[in-house]
Amino acid sequence: MGAYEKVLKARNSNRPSGAFFVNRMITKFVEFHGDRRFSDDGAIVGGIGYLNDMPVTIIAMERGDDVNERIKRNFGCPSPEGYRKALRLMKQAEKFNRPVICIINSSGAYCGIGAEERGQGLAIAENLMEMMTLKTPIISVVTGEGGSGGALALSVADSIFMLENAVYSVISPEGCASILWKDSAKADEAAEALKLTANDLYNFDVADKVIEEENMSYDEICDNLKCEILAKLSELKEMPIEELLEKRYQKYRNIGKL
Amino acid sequence: MIGNFFKSLYGEKENKVCKKCGRSFTYSELAKHSMICPNCGEYFRMTPRERLVMICDKFEEVDANLTSENVLNFPNYDEKLKTATKTSSSKEAVVCGVAEIAGEKFVIFVMNSEFMMGSMGRVVGEKITRAFEMATEKKLPVVGFTTSGGARMQEGIYSLMQMAKVSGAVKRHSDAGLLYITVLTDPTTGGVTASFAMEGDIIIAEPNALVGFAGARVIEQTIGQKLPEGFQRAEFLQEHGFVDVIEKREKLKYTISNILKLHSC
Repeated sequence: MGAYEKVLKARNSNRPSGAFFVNRMITKFVEFHGDRRFSDDGAIVGGIGYLNDMPVTIIAMERGDDVNERIKRNFGCPSPEGYRKALRLMKQAEKFNRPVICIINSSGAYCGIGAEERGQGLAIAENLMEMMTLKTPIISVVTGEGGSGGALALSVADSIFMLENAVYSVISPEGCASILWKDSAKADEAAEALKLTANDLYNFDVADKVIEEENMSYDEICDNLKCEILAKLSELKEMPIEELLEKRYQKYRNIGKL
Repeated sequence: MIGNFFKSLYGEKENKVCKKCGRSFTYSELAKHSMICPNCGEYFRMTPRERLVMICDKFEEVDANLTSENVLNFPNYDEKLKTATKTSSSKEAVVCGVAEIAGEKFVIFVMNSEFMMGSMGRVVGEKITRAFEMATEKKLPVVGFTTSGGARMQEGIYSLMQMAKVSGAVKRHSDAGLLYITVLTDPTTGGVTASFAMEGDIIIAEPNALVGFAGARVIEQTIGQKLPEGFQRAEFLQEHGFVDVIEKREKLKYTISNILKLHSC
């Protein structure tokens, strides 16, 4: 499958969004709303529940399944208050010693007047800084489209998983083609050049694990993902916090090291 | 001193034209006016060398020889790098070093919009990360001048990850109780705004500097309407609570020096 086919697959509306993974993996889930600053962003769903018998905080990007849901959730494009809600829940997780799971599936942070007025850049920047030293394990999973800074704001983690047909890129192939070649129809070329597939990112040591999808239903994929998350979290929870944070720092320090 | 520096750097022959009023000026004239148009007040964009001469009493560069490679084998990136190196007379889009103003020592980085629009790839990320790590080790404050179109897409996911890498180094510097001042200059956008540009303890901006996350064209396409006058300008950011000080260029050195001194006792 070509890179651009993967992009289209990752975006396909039949592909489950964040809430599916939350509902299937987590029992006794309680959703928490709002950033306690301005509003509640529907593009990000967050709360607590059990992963088997382990209390966790889970934060997921959700684009909605039908038209009304999609409008309510802004097509899965988070606003600054979405990132601030996520950070609030992560700080809460740190306080109560719960691991954090982030589910990433968004074309990117919302580009609008209000988002700029309320500091979209700052909201992302703060998450990058704070997640780097959050004193509890973090696992981020890219399940569909990982769109640039808007995805990065939930993926400073101890371990990054990607579903086999997920993509993660600095810019959309269409955006890249239109800037570089003034022709968004060259998106397939751009997708190849950007090297944005799960396997590419695994080879670059950005993704730590690729979750297979072939010949499996989304239920099965999600169950496998859950097993992998449980195994990794059990391992990370045993690690002294200083070691965990040093490894997290070095993970990013070493990506594409010169 | 500044006038002489510009004379030696560019000579008297090469004039610069103001993009707003169209008038042409010699470098020494512009230097006397802090690279501000003597006719209409428009701010010229400044290269790192010009900025360093204007701001620092002393400066010693570090990591001067790091250059980018086409790690993804991205189409035409090699040529772009060559052209940028030639036209900007620099090796990459940021200059880092140790500097002094009025006896206050600090680490400085200055981005360069003439090199591929100040975009951030592995080298820019690495140099700024090293600058923060050095500052943390030597217990020095950091002053950073930002100007950037964002992440450098020719380096794919590596460029995006620089945002996290630099932010990690900024956080460690901050947790060590050290001061970080950012000076936002025209234009600062994308991944740089969404990382170290907005992570300063104190955020200064030059008047009218364009600062934002998303580009104006992208926003207009997304929302299908024209953007209001002054949108994403320094004054707009200050009005919305994101900029501590908007400082005129001719007073920047004094203000930075003053803030550094206030943190040194």
